[in-house]
Amino acid sequence: MRAFADTLDSLSTTQSRNGKLALLTAYLRDAPDPDRGWALAALTDGLPLRIGFRRILSDLMAARTDPVLFKLSRDFVGDTAETVALLWPTPAGPVTPPRISEVVDRLLNAKPAEHAAIIANVLDRCNVRERWAFLKLVGGAPRVGVSARLAKTAVAEIGGQDVSAIEEVWHALKPPYTELFAWMAGHADRPDPGSVPVFRPLMLAHPVEDADWPSLDPQDFAAEWKWDGIRVQVSAKAGDVRVYSRTGDDISPAFPEIRSAFAHTDVVADGELLVVRENAVASFNDLQQRLNRKSVTSKMLRESPAHLRLYDLLFARGEDIRALPFDARRNRLELWHAEERPLLTDLSALVPFTTFAELEEHWRGAREAGIEGLMLKRRASPYLAGRPKGHWFKWKRAALTLDCVLMYAQRGSGKRSSLYSDLTFGVWRTREGANERELVPVGKAYSGFTDVELRDLDRFIRANTTETFGPVRAVTPKLVLEVAFDAVQPSTRHKSGVAMRFPRIHRIRWDKPAEEADTLDTTMALIDRPAA
Amino acid sequence: MFAVSASSLMRPVETWLYPASLGLYCEPGDFYIDPPRPVDRALITHGHSDHARSGHAHVLATAETIDIMKVRYGANCAGDFQAAELGHTHTINGVSVRFVPAGHILGSAQIMLEYDGRRAVVSGDYKRATDPTCRPFELVPCDVFVTEATFALPVFRHERADSEARRLIQSIARNPERTHLLGVYGLGKCQRMIALLRAEGYDAPIWLHGALVGLTALYQNLGIDLGDCRPASTAADADLIGALVMCPPSALMDRWSRRMGEDPVRVFASGWMRVRGRARQRGVELPLIVSDHADWPELLDTIVETGAEDVWVTHGRDDALVHQLSLMGRRARALALVGYDDDAE
Repeated sequence: MRAFADTLDSLSTTQSRNGKLALLTAYLRDAPDPDRGWALAALTDGLPLRIGFRRILSDLMAARTDPVLFKLSRDFVGDTAETVALLWPTPAGPVTPPRISEVVDRLLNAKPAEHAAIIANVLDRCNVRERWAFLKLVGGAPRVGVSARLAKTAVAEIGGQDVSAIEEVWHALKPPYTELFAWMAGHADRPDPGSVPVFRPLMLAHPVEDADWPSLDPQDFAAEWKWDGIRVQVSAKAGDVRVYSRTGDDISPAFPEIRSAFAHTDVVADGELLVVRENAVASFNDLQQRLNRKSVTSKMLRESPAHLRLYDLLFARGEDIRALPFDARRNRLELWHAEERPLLTDLSALVPFTTFAELEEHWRGAREAGIEGLMLKRRASPYLAGRPKGHWFKWKRAALTLDCVLMYAQRGSGKRSSLYSDLTFGVWRTREGANERELVPVGKAYSGFTDVELRDLDRFIRANTTETFGPVRAVTPKLVLEVAFDAVQPSTRHKSGVAMRFPRIHRIRWDKPAEEADTLDTTMALIDRPAA
Repeated sequence: MFAVSASSLMRPVETWLYPASLGLYCEPGDFYIDPPRPVDRALITHGHSDHARSGHAHVLATAETIDIMKVRYGANCAGDFQAAELGHTHTINGVSVRFVPAGHILGSAQIMLEYDGRRAVVSGDYKRATDPTCRPFELVPCDVFVTEATFALPVFRHERADSEARRLIQSIARNPERTHLLGVYGLGKCQRMIALLRAEGYDAPIWLHGALVGLTALYQNLGIDLGDCRPASTAADADLIGALVMCPPSALMDRWSRRMGEDPVRVFASGWMRVRGRARQRGVELPLIVSDHADWPELLDTIVETGAEDVWVTHGRDDALVHQLSLMGRRARALALVGYDDDAE
């Protein structure tokens, strides 16, 4: 635990990606099995533990601290696990923390009722840094600025491999990943994924910049609509079907209907996951109801049916076709789809064009058609993992803007934990029969401002607070924020009845009176028509 | 009660010592302690700028504090100065006044006041941990103890300063090609960190940002050995590779720091570094938990040891401290004095 705690501690304050990678690689190379494997699990998919963590911590602390002091401390620190680590009674003498493997074994083999005692016992044997690291280890997402991909990259570094090599076997492996480390150390062959339909790293696009156009030839490119769903990969093999997110997370349990549509196929396909009702694409908001679920109800399946719009094929009937050019893969996709006809799927149509001027006409019509924009794919390009330059471009439709009024602000996290950086803003609504106007929240943004602007905003918020609710402050409604966003959609979750997609602060209008901000009627008028 | 004379009509301390508009005021003595605005007569606990301000007509403080004020504000920053000898009792309009070491920084003192049979101690800022650059805190039993509360949350338990200094030395050894840039308060923390590093065997030159040079020279002139300290402005770029450079916290991320190579290790020595979010927010890679203020256990232990029946909290996290003292059955109240920097250090 000590080496892991030192590493996690340094990671939490190391800013540069290379610095983090070096720390992780050193730890994963030098730590023994199976400890390092459990640590890797904590940094990626999570340890396979089911612990009622919040309740256990609150029970343990209730017996050890005064509730008022705990709350004041928690509010100041901003993180429960860190607060517990700091407040836990410090052992009198020097302590030796248990190994990670000992802790994990004990928790894996314990009944839920025994978890609290085990956690208390471990905390008693640790110093403050180790207590923090231990709580981060078993508490889920450690939040030390390490993505699952960075952790996998560190593993790859040990063996001098590319991270995509790890990603391609990842889902066939289980913690504590001993065969993976043996492979990296050269003691064993690459683990055989066997019949597991593993994730194949996706090919990603760059936004097209003004400077790109002169070097692009329309003949070299195919165009498709850019759909407003989520990018997924369906990997099917020997009766097992997995749905992976773009980062390789297995999201299959949330989409059983897609799994059964591909049940008898042998394919790895790339596409956009959408909710489609009566042949019309529903809003992203509807799709969101389906995401991040461990299981799904029949009501949800009925009301928000998933649909897969396919645009590429990586493996066809077991054959790896990623080296083929786009045109050839597209051909194989069309043939395969015509033969297999899996339910709940269609193909993302190619948008015909001969000149970019013509394509621009389509692009201008995108908003009208309720579509996010266009994709440009180089016809000759193979399917390459990652975000290679010059192959795929996304051409998003122009953003919309509205003048909104700042209503609430919340402290950010991490680097921004002392700054009010999460801003909720609203527009004016006139209630029926009332003369007065009121503000209704329409969105929340965390970005778009510079560091200097963030400090100015923070100062404004502190000086204009009317009420405080925990980490949230209500402010006098007098600052206008020009908010840019990709779309407005109807929403039942928001009081205003609308939700913004990708809102960000475009400009801070220190000069503009709040009375002149936009209205809800103006906002509603921007709602997309459903796309075909 | 530490009655000087047994009188049945002893007036409660709050009738002769209380917060007035210009600061904490002793009425019979007609003086203020650490007033944030210019007054006729000021008693100053220590040289930090939120306690020692310029423009008073008469100042009573320790000789070191007077020297510090003159370095910071100029020789004429007060009408006249009178040096208070530690441990010596002065009488001002019938109020007995004694300066007692506070262990905070060089020259720092608690100010003990006795009047009408009651004793109050205004402790200024203080710590109990050892510090090679100043005299250790001395406990004075009293009826009213006036305390700071900068780190008055139970999460604040400072690390041992010598082991934090060793962590810095180890990091310098591990990163021979990177400059270590250590952010410190210019008065007290700067010189304490240098002394700690020297005591742990770090004998390379230490390079100082211009804002730290004057006060460090003053410490050296007053006989505190800090080894080879040089202004960073005199360093060749090659001198700074793998070197230790110290600067005020505000310069850590400032344009000034660009001289320190592409990727300096940013270090900050402060009690606030106990909380990770604070370190991350400042972009600090190596947080050192070293403080010149009392941490939570030190605050509580000190208050208990003084035997004070009443505890007045001047600045900082008074809510948590007042709550804890009420749990301990003591009378405590927040003075809510304005003008002190709660975030200082």
